[in-house]
Amino acid sequence: MSISETEARKVAQLARIAVADEALPALASELSHMLQFMAQLSEVDVTGVEPMTGVEKMRLKRREDVVTDGNMAEAVLKNAPDAREGFFAVPKVVE
Amino acid sequence: MSLNRLTIADARDRLRKGEITAVELTDACLAAIEDAGALNAFVHNTADIARQQAAAADARLQAGDAPAMCGIPLGIKDLFCTKGVPTQAASRILQGFLPEYESTATQNLFDAGAVMLGKLNMDEFAMGSTNETSVYGPAVNPWRLGEQQLTPGGSSGGSAAAVAADLCLAATGTDTGGSIRQPAAFTGTVGLKPTYGRVSRWGIVAFASSLDQAGPMTKTVRDAAIMLGAMASVDPRDSTSADRPVPDYEAALTGDIRGKKIGIPREYRVDGMPAEIEALWQQGIAMLRDAGAEIVDISLPHTQYALPTYYVIGPAEASSNLARYDGVRYGHRARLGAGDGINEMYENTRAEGFGAEVQRRVMIGTYVLSAGFYDAYYNRARKVRALIKRDFDEAFAAGIDTILTPATPSAAFPLGTMHAVDPVQMYLNDVFTVTVNLAGLPALALPAGLDSQGLPLGLQLIGRPWDEGGLLNHAAVLERAAGFVAKPERWW
Repeated sequence: MSISETEARKVAQLARIAVADEALPALASELSHMLQFMAQLSEVDVTGVEPMTGVEKMRLKRREDVVTDGNMAEAVLKNAPDAREGFFAVPKVVE
Repeated sequence: MSLNRLTIADARDRLRKGEITAVELTDACLAAIEDAGALNAFVHNTADIARQQAAAADARLQAGDAPAMCGIPLGIKDLFCTKGVPTQAASRILQGFLPEYESTATQNLFDAGAVMLGKLNMDEFAMGSTNETSVYGPAVNPWRLGEQQLTPGGSSGGSAAAVAADLCLAATGTDTGGSIRQPAAFTGTVGLKPTYGRVSRWGIVAFASSLDQAGPMTKTVRDAAIMLGAMASVDPRDSTSADRPVPDYEAALTGDIRGKKIGIPREYRVDGMPAEIEALWQQGIAMLRDAGAEIVDISLPHTQYALPTYYVIGPAEASSNLARYDGVRYGHRARLGAGDGINEMYENTRAEGFGAEVQRRVMIGTYVLSAGFYDAYYNRARKVRALIKRDFDEAFAAGIDTILTPATPSAAFPLGTMHAVDPVQMYLNDVFTVTVNLAGLPALALPAGLDSQGLPLGLQLIGRPWDEGGLLNHAAVLERAAGFVAKPERWW
């Protein structure tokens, strides 16, 4: 299994990480190398094995569907790089 | 002896007798930290908070209301959110982040009267085995080879270095693939990864949620028992926190392991393992046998697939968890150019904010989760993970109480030497430790000897799920038999 530069570009886009064009060949080869390492898993017979979802068979805890906290907009926004008038501010999304 | 060199157990006893005060103990640690800049272990100092907490602890001690951890000065890994105190997971992307809340694990420790000296260095987002992926630069091992500086291991390298150098009495760590146990082994200290679900993950910066578990890093096994008792809890804010009462772990240290069955997994004898590690393992086996335990050869046949499984599941979960660092809610945001939209903001923020290893893992995780590859990689890895866990289940069902293995395939190595090798080679450091995270088991690394160059080597004990008490008891027996008392010669 090897990853082309085009695939590497697509992975970077999906991961929302900017990668310069000149860095793509190295990235593609690095990702390919890691996938080769993971390819060992194809040797294992997993017929009839359920994918593991947790280490202990326990049902996720549930609670009443009620409001447990809130009214802390100031605390929520406190670490925002750009917060205005009680909102997170981002560049224009809709043209 | 200067007070910062005390163990938790000794300090507790002397504090309760009124022989020392928490303020004196804290000042001794703060002075040691001041003199240890060369180790780069503490990256955010909280001396003012420490002195306030110590004074409050002294008041509690005088009132006679003093839990075991009351007045004990600790270092806190930078991965734990601490209210109003910088918490950046050693990443540029969280520069300036001041949490508005406290992690459950640190809150439990503070409720028990513990004192926070500051935040400790680590690999970025806990991804690394050498501490070299940290935005702060690497923490340095107090043990040296001549003039050569060594890695303290990772990701909890700052925690391990700080405990080994007596800058604090103990520290918190987290372990996703070995990040408590490998640094403990590299620094001659004790590191305990509890059963998944024993310590709440709430408020700990997430790396791989099905593998992450916090635990104590200490100077002795008894100290690990005391500190785990204070860290662990049942937490409604962590849906994977187990509904099990926290036992008295210190009371489990009976020193009696007669008739216990110790499993020795043949698959842990890996190619190219140094003879010294094999010899240490044999010594550990002999010590447990001499203490009256029965040694049983066992097989964990899927061990060889643990690393590739881990390096699918860990990155997959990381790519999902780290999606939150988008430059909107906290941390770094890239400066926008003319005409840049929200996608450029995301992509540039993450390219600038994440280091190379974090980017690599996020991208590999994104790939194995993407359409067309999900079944071939991610689902297959989850199935192999089930088989790895089944290997352990069968060993324990056959009557094994504890499993003994080496902790690491080598002693600490020089800083800078892993840059030359490829990432896969670096991941081999985790060969003895990752299986435990995949199976969710408790495991502990403790120092058992020195190699021919005078560096500490560790052994690992793996316990039955939820049997931290039994695990610690076995470890205490091994600790006494090994009689490891070496300390690094002070150069910093």
